[in-house]
Amino acid sequence: MTSSLTVEVNHLIEVRDIGKHYQSGGMVVEAIRRMDFCVDDGEFITIMGQSGSGKSTLLSVLGGLNHPSRGRVLVDSLDLYALSSEQRADFRSEYIGMIFQSFQLIPYLTVLENVKLPMAITDLSAARQNDMAEAVLAKVGLEGKGVRLPDQLSGGEQERVAIARAIVNNPPILLADEPTGNLDSRTAGEVMELLTSLNRDGQTIIMVTHNSDSCRYSSRTILVRDGCCVER
Amino acid sequence: MKLYNIALNNLRRRKGKMAFLVLGLMIGIATIVTLLAITDTMSGEIEERLDQFGANIVMVPRSENLSLTYGGISVGGVNYESVEFDEEKIQLIHEIDNSKNLGVVLPKVLGAVDIGGRRVLLMGTDFNVELNLKSWWTFSGSTPGRGELMAGAEAAAALGLAPGGSLDLGGRTFTVAAVLHATGGAEDGVLIGNLAEIQEVLGKQGKISMVEIAAFCRGCPISDMVLQIAEKFPEAKVTALKQAVMSKMQSIELFRTFAYGIAVLVIVIGSLLVFVTMMGAVNERTREIGIFRAIGFRRGHVMHIILLEALAVGMIGGILGFVGGSGVAWAVMPYVLPGGRLAGMNFSLGAVAVGMSMSLSLLASLYPARRASRLDPSVALRAL
Repeated sequence: MTSSLTVEVNHLIEVRDIGKHYQSGGMVVEAIRRMDFCVDDGEFITIMGQSGSGKSTLLSVLGGLNHPSRGRVLVDSLDLYALSSEQRADFRSEYIGMIFQSFQLIPYLTVLENVKLPMAITDLSAARQNDMAEAVLAKVGLEGKGVRLPDQLSGGEQERVAIARAIVNNPPILLADEPTGNLDSRTAGEVMELLTSLNRDGQTIIMVTHNSDSCRYSSRTILVRDGCCVER
Repeated sequence: MKLYNIALNNLRRRKGKMAFLVLGLMIGIATIVTLLAITDTMSGEIEERLDQFGANIVMVPRSENLSLTYGGISVGGVNYESVEFDEEKIQLIHEIDNSKNLGVVLPKVLGAVDIGGRRVLLMGTDFNVELNLKSWWTFSGSTPGRGELMAGAEAAAALGLAPGGSLDLGGRTFTVAAVLHATGGAEDGVLIGNLAEIQEVLGKQGKISMVEIAAFCRGCPISDMVLQIAEKFPEAKVTALKQAVMSKMQSIELFRTFAYGIAVLVIVIGSLLVFVTMMGAVNERTREIGIFRAIGFRRGHVMHIILLEALAVGMIGGILGFVGGSGVAWAVMPYVLPGGRLAGMNFSLGAVAVGMSMSLSLLASLYPARRASRLDPSVALRAL
């Protein structure tokens, strides 16, 4: 990244006065009215809010996927939306691990191949990719299941594969969108324990949820309502 | 894990659609290969047959007189005693630029003799070469050797000759070794002997009346060869027997043009098929493309995956199309050209067919790939 795109910051992530509106059917929809907050290295943040409150939009803005209508997002001193689209793709590859709603695994790739997916655009050798993917599968408790296809796994296991894929490149930031939304309470608890364990190892996690139970695992909760942060 | 793994795995997953696409390309390429293979074989076969049909260039001494012979009817006497070539100069024919296309050079001497009060045309030639060149000649008796003659059917009937009989010519006795079966050609009324002996009988030692030349004309410029020979023999009239060749070649050219027309049509239809299928595949894969982009794939990476899939499909379709097309051409060739046989797989045509299939698939997939790569990741992710 070029130095002209960097800014002096005191936090890993600084969200400065961002807003986001869409045009929908001739109407302007304000998904994010105004948000300001910071995230430090090693924090586990929960962004909580009702459906349509703008929390998923916020997550995609933080991931460099959705250009805000105004404001700036600074990550590790990089002004994210001053970067070109391709530079933001490189940023995501290097900085962000993303866990989507409903796992979003590629159905025609095996578990191991799904985990290796982010490494397909790196220069890592096949052997190194295998070692890293096997190690991360062991970390999420899926040793020996690399050859299976996603639909041969339970929901909890698929979520673990999604987490393994998100962390295999050792990204500084993990963004999770409703990671327990499709799981029963026992499996959801196991997944949250896994995320907590990753956070204990130093992983910065920002998780979006509408489930207040999940908040107890995080170090801080940001409550979002009508596109604004109402409580931190 | 590399991008090609993703492409190949996706092809494996969408077996049905990809098989349909491969089948479409295969049929298209097979049609083109069949038509071109048949056209190519037909033109080769016909040229080969024409090569076997005797001389295709004739060199005779230039004459200011117009021919008085047409369709076998001769008006007035034909002057066989005209200008002749020196036998030793005939070798100059082998010095033309296209000498590698020369097959047979057959010098002949002609002259009239009186036999039992009849004027008979006598021809001296090299029997070994003559009989090879006139493969359709059949005769009773054996191939003439030294001191022997072959009598044309009409000449034999007129002179009462039969194999084993004898004949006095210029003070020498010749044995009739063979009687040629009627061919309907000029040779029916001729007595044929060995070149040197007939030259002696006619008193034309070292002289040649005409030269028949068989050129391997497959792809060779026969009219250029005529000019090259004429340059070496300014006193000669060199003629290409092109009439039959041209009419047959024109039919083949017509068929070839038709084949190219069909090929263009097939290419257009094939391109549309690939385009529609790939566009459909891209639309179905919005979610997947969103995931790729979200985990850091650049636009180029997404294009790369889709174009790799197109290349693989094009290659498989091309190979199968070439093999299938060659098989069909082999099967239908005997019906298209009785007695014709496909020379075998034309691997140059195969390389062109596979290359064309891959290029077609790639070009038709460019827009869908570009569209996929330009999908806004935030829009694609809304589908998640």
